[in-house]
Amino acid sequence: MAKAHNTIYKTSAGEVVYGMMAEFATPADTFHAAEKIRDSGYKKWDVYSPFMIHGIDEAMGLKNSRLPLAVGLIGLTGAAVGFGFQYWVATRGFGTVVQGKPLGAWQAFIPVTFEIGVLFTAFTALLAMLAFNLLPMWYHPLMKKERFLRVSDDRFVICIESRDPNFDSKKTWSLLEGAKGYNVQLVEE
Amino acid sequence: MSVIHPDELNAKRLTGVLGLDRPQAIDARTGDGTLIDDPAKRAPLVLNGRSFHDITNIVCGYVEEKPGGWWLVALGLAAMLAGIGTLMIVYLLVTGVGVWGLNNRVDWAWDITNFVFWIGIGHAGTLISAILCILKQKWRTSINRAAEAMTIFAVICAGTFPGIHVGRIWFIWMVFPIPNSNGIWPNFKSPLLWDVFAVSTYFTVSLLFWYMGMIPDMATLRDRAVGRLRASTSGPTVLPFLRLRVDQLRAWIYGFLALGWRFSSRHWREYEKAYLLLAGVSTPLVLSVHSIVSFDFATSILPGWHTTIFPPYFVAGAIFGGFAMVLLLMIPARELYPNMKDLITLRHLENMAKILLVTGSMVGFSYAMEFFIAWYSGNRYEADVFVFNRLVPPFLAGPDGRYAPYWWAYWTMIFCNVVSPQVFWFRGCRVSPLWIFVVSCFITVGMWFERFVIIVTSLHRAFLPGQWGMFYPTPVDILTFVGTCGIFLFLFLLFLKFLPAFAMSEIKNVTPAASPHEDH
Repeated sequence: MAKAHNTIYKTSAGEVVYGMMAEFATPADTFHAAEKIRDSGYKKWDVYSPFMIHGIDEAMGLKNSRLPLAVGLIGLTGAAVGFGFQYWVATRGFGTVVQGKPLGAWQAFIPVTFEIGVLFTAFTALLAMLAFNLLPMWYHPLMKKERFLRVSDDRFVICIESRDPNFDSKKTWSLLEGAKGYNVQLVEE
Repeated sequence: MSVIHPDELNAKRLTGVLGLDRPQAIDARTGDGTLIDDPAKRAPLVLNGRSFHDITNIVCGYVEEKPGGWWLVALGLAAMLAGIGTLMIVYLLVTGVGVWGLNNRVDWAWDITNFVFWIGIGHAGTLISAILCILKQKWRTSINRAAEAMTIFAVICAGTFPGIHVGRIWFIWMVFPIPNSNGIWPNFKSPLLWDVFAVSTYFTVSLLFWYMGMIPDMATLRDRAVGRLRASTSGPTVLPFLRLRVDQLRAWIYGFLALGWRFSSRHWREYEKAYLLLAGVSTPLVLSVHSIVSFDFATSILPGWHTTIFPPYFVAGAIFGGFAMVLLLMIPARELYPNMKDLITLRHLENMAKILLVTGSMVGFSYAMEFFIAWYSGNRYEADVFVFNRLVPPFLAGPDGRYAPYWWAYWTMIFCNVVSPQVFWFRGCRVSPLWIFVVSCFITVGMWFERFVIIVTSLHRAFLPGQWGMFYPTPVDILTFVGTCGIFLFLFLLFLKFLPAFAMSEIKNVTPAASPHEDH
């Protein structure tokens, strides 16, 4: 059985530690460091990079995203609702006979059904992306770090959180340094 | 690949080894070095060996630094035109559609011509951002942001016209799917209603796509502003007497819009998935929008409109006209902004010139096919439309003296859309920004005339001679159209100044340094 992990790390000044971050010089260094950290069994950690490094999700051992499923389901629901609504309007709401065809001639409803499906899909794609990422979140401990700001430019950072069961101030430090990380430092909450 | 440590690179730049402003070497064979014909060699997408930091500095510089004097002049001019256009719209709304030149015979004229023209312009932006994304065309990364912005502004201009052409503007709410006071619902079997859904969905989805693409780049702008705020206590203020720093304003506004993006890979993974899904749905969406616009015409029985070729013909024409507009905007921008030539290379322009050639030829084929079907169908009215409505100039009038009153519009369209892009068969024209710019001007004019020919020329000679009449634009017609050009340009200039005009994170990702594998 896994050991309950409830240690709260504090800096010498008494501040609660969020995690430990290290910088990396290149995408390749970051990639290999991610593989090492994944293989060391860490779970609560993240790679920060100015763009998505190709294949980093595998290097981090992330499972497949469930975003497409959510988007697909809601998109199809939207299309179904759009079709049902048009059918109801044409048959019950206010029937207009066009070119002698039955009131519920469904072929004419396809363009709008498609558009509504696309509309739902697009909104879901954006909103589900934000929801899955817990955004918007305008504050984060890392944002206080001077050196972290450069991630949005050209730096690569890996941060291992202190709430990870494997987190250990010495071992994690040496793991990050051993993986070509530099400027290893603690991040205060 | 040897990698320079970022700090080392910075140190070099500080000692002047690598400056931000580097002149481009132009070579007769490969242009700026990107026009490589050898398929085994990959042409660079970013020139001058720009680092990630250079790309950030160049793109953020457009936002953070004062623009050249031309920007304010152009903005003022655009604002003036936009103001005139707005006045014309107000005049129309308070007076009635009688201030336009359309009449009982030609009851759709410049309003719908301009609508189709502008909505078509938008299609190139979506093509670049969605279809080229799915096709993994990496060169799209340096033009997609501006092209998407162009899409949104063009759709704003387009949406204005159906909105204001209804005559009794207070009934415009009837286009929405709600019943009126008599319990009457809109007719979902009408292409005009499909159009409402298509255009509003297109606008919304384009806006979402554009905004989502900008989230990481706005986070970069936020972080730079925050960095400067932390580094020093002084800096330019909003106004001399308003002691709020510009960087503070940037940190708030871009920070709010960036939603707290922190470049996490766990976030990037969902982001890339969502981006791909948006590209995936935008692809059929963009094809559907102009198809549905063409249904407004194709489902009627009017000769010249009642054609099954319309949907593909309209879509090809939209992409054709839209790419011409992208080039009209980006070629001058590339000359006016420092270092933009490193991001938009000659190869980008050449690729777009090739797309103009292909889509222009598709449009030309459609024109020819209309004639073929008019003859092959044996439909007299159809044949009459094409010969005596469009083709025959007065000096070639038949024995009965009949000719096409709008022959000049038709031949302008043929020259601009079919003949002019053929110069791109020659490499010299394809790689010359000047030639591309001139041809793009022709194409933009030609695509406007195409819609004019389809709408006005078909309407002005309907089945019965009693329905025959001419259309003459009034000054209000003309100034409203000019006004929308002003609105479009005004919005685009604001975009260049205040939003990241290039997708920085995407451009960084296509540079060689972004590869996580050393052997590349």
